[in-house]
Amino acid sequence: MQFTVTDQGDGIAVVHIAGRLNMVTAPRLREVVAASVAAGQNRVAVDLSDVDFIDSSGLGALIGGLKTARQAGGDLRIAAPNEQVRLVLQLTNMERVLTAYPAASDAFHG
Amino acid sequence: MAVPVRSARSAAHLLFLRVAVLVTVALGANYIIWRWFFSLNWDAWWIAVALVLAETYSLIDVALFGLTMWRARDRELPAAPVPDLTVDVFITTYNEPVELVKRTAQAARRIRYPHATWILDDGNRPEMREAAQLLEVGYITRGPDWQNRPLHAKAGNLNNALMSTEGEFLLILDADQVPLPHILDHTLGYFNDPKVALVQTPQVFDNVSAGDPLGSQAPLFYGPIQQGKDGWNAAFFCGSNALVRREALMQLGITRYVLEMERVVTRALAGAARVLDRAGRADDAQDPIVQTALHEVGAAIGDTRIAIAAGETIGNATYTLQQRIASVSRDLVAVDLRLLTLDLAAIAELQVETDADSFIPAHSLELLAARDLSPLGALESVQVLLRSIDVDRADEAQPLMPLATISVTEDMATSMRLHGLGFSSVYHHETLALGLAPEDLGTMITQRLRWAQGTMQVMLRENPLLQRGLSVPQRLMYFSTMWSYLSGYAALVYFAAPAVFLCFGILPVNTTALEFFLRFLPFMVANQLLFIISSHGISTWRGQQYSLALFPVWIKATTTAAANVVFHRPLGFAVTPKTRQEGTAAWHLILPQIAVAIVLVVSVIIGVTRLGLGLGEPIGTLVNLAWVIFDLLILSVLVPAARFRGSTTKESTP
Repeated sequence: MQFTVTDQGDGIAVVHIAGRLNMVTAPRLREVVAASVAAGQNRVAVDLSDVDFIDSSGLGALIGGLKTARQAGGDLRIAAPNEQVRLVLQLTNMERVLTAYPAASDAFHG
Repeated sequence: MAVPVRSARSAAHLLFLRVAVLVTVALGANYIIWRWFFSLNWDAWWIAVALVLAETYSLIDVALFGLTMWRARDRELPAAPVPDLTVDVFITTYNEPVELVKRTAQAARRIRYPHATWILDDGNRPEMREAAQLLEVGYITRGPDWQNRPLHAKAGNLNNALMSTEGEFLLILDADQVPLPHILDHTLGYFNDPKVALVQTPQVFDNVSAGDPLGSQAPLFYGPIQQGKDGWNAAFFCGSNALVRREALMQLGITRYVLEMERVVTRALAGAARVLDRAGRADDAQDPIVQTALHEVGAAIGDTRIAIAAGETIGNATYTLQQRIASVSRDLVAVDLRLLTLDLAAIAELQVETDADSFIPAHSLELLAARDLSPLGALESVQVLLRSIDVDRADEAQPLMPLATISVTEDMATSMRLHGLGFSSVYHHETLALGLAPEDLGTMITQRLRWAQGTMQVMLRENPLLQRGLSVPQRLMYFSTMWSYLSGYAALVYFAAPAVFLCFGILPVNTTALEFFLRFLPFMVANQLLFIISSHGISTWRGQQYSLALFPVWIKATTTAAANVVFHRPLGFAVTPKTRQEGTAAWHLILPQIAVAIVLVVSVIIGVTRLGLGLGEPIGTLVNLAWVIFDLLILSVLVPAARFRGSTTKESTP
């Protein structure tokens, strides 16, 4: 599991996750998003293209990050989910809250 | 006490039980139909109707009990758990003595299956933190996010801990529930079935003295009743000594979050439009800049509604709206400053007027004071609404609340929602933890009141009969527990009816003695047999006594819960003193019951006198005397309870 944060400028950060986003890694995602927002990048795009599995705790971390970003006047968006992630978003109705962008670079310029 | 409580129920026993259920319900129906249609004494309708309603209540109660027992299930010990599962053991505490929590934490550390132990200290006590460090167990308290936001008691405590831990399974223990070392070995195996979200084990107390004067042990509930519910996949969560699957809880948290956000946003959008309309029409909102701002906000809201209707996610729709509102707000700051100067000028004028001839234009003063009448005030209230059109759940400490916060008994509401999502539950009938029961009547009454209030809150907020995801038997199983808490009203009638007859000779039943007994006795006998068969050797008399004798508690629970849910009044917990009043019995806690007992005894005297004078009807008097004696036997449970001073051997009191 790896997190890579890239500063895109204009208050935008891309968080790239590789591996499984589950109950073990979820707390770290929340920390990464919180740190990014605290550093002034309150528009966070989460790149899910290399996430091969997500569970409800992973989704929970995305929602937690969304709250953190919104309260700082920013936003959290998700991009490039694979089939499994898409299915989980559907089953939990999260697709009605979060728009899945095709690529992280589009998330705030779509 | 630490011996596993297992008793296999044979197929023959189950068959016998089902016959008893059918016979009881048939005889009960026969009796109650006759009571409603052929024996009501309309001349004394006030007591006659009350009595037949109480009897109908009891028959429904028995029928629900019969349904519960219909598929009572004994489970075999599950397969040994697979290795490498991750488990968090949560010990929840608020104000229990540190020593007591330490005792539980030490036992938790000795649980054999690998796990992490955490003390969830809602009291945020330094000495508890220190104790946790010494014991090398985790320590969790609420973070700054919870400041000035609803704490949600134990549900909030658990929800907070869920976010900072990562075990696949959670064992939840109250501060006083000391677990046995094999608690996980005997329960984790159930989770091999991915649908299983919850495993509940009994709550048993080892500080209860012989005879259990306070009725702390609940052998009928943590036994036949939970086993019966288990047969319908409706065994429910009781807050402690239970294992929960984290994934199920989190899934619940997320689906509830989505539901909640959709509801809040839809409602707020509609509400904001109304507020804008009102603000725009106000006489003093005619400033052109304010009008433009209001117009822009209105347009933004309209666009948001259109976007959501067209399939935009609420995340994006609300973000776009918030950005537009932010720019409108920036424009308004200038206006705000200008109006503020105008306000000051107006106030200055008023003061001059007041000083000059002490004439106070009350109307104008009120206008100025009521900020929401001024254009900015109106816009401010609009802003409050707009702020709620967001997906950040700003009013709560965390966006996900997996454990239900709609009730003070979060456990029952949570398991009902888990069942609604299609998960299943298990009742494992083996004592795997030993707790401490209340040691005085006051604490016991407070505890029962809380359970009853919580159950009523769930019934009023999320009535199980109306929950779509639940099967019909599941709905009835949850409803059954709620129904049983309405017994206070029936008890009142059962105490009043014989007293009314003995004192005034008024009989609510219009019949001959023979007809009455022919219908009533078979039902009563079948009913008692059903209880004996179901309880399978467990004594249920103490439980029956308390279910009637605590009638003021049940009545108070229903009224306060209704006031809470409907009128948003606080439940108003009675705070019980931590130290028992030495040397005095707790008679003051049971004044209504004492009053009832006095009325019953007086009515016996009057009844016997009336019989002696030839005024009373002999058979009726006899029946009602027997009834009063039964009532007094029921109430007698409170005498040792009020005098009880706790078991002397225990040093700690929860």
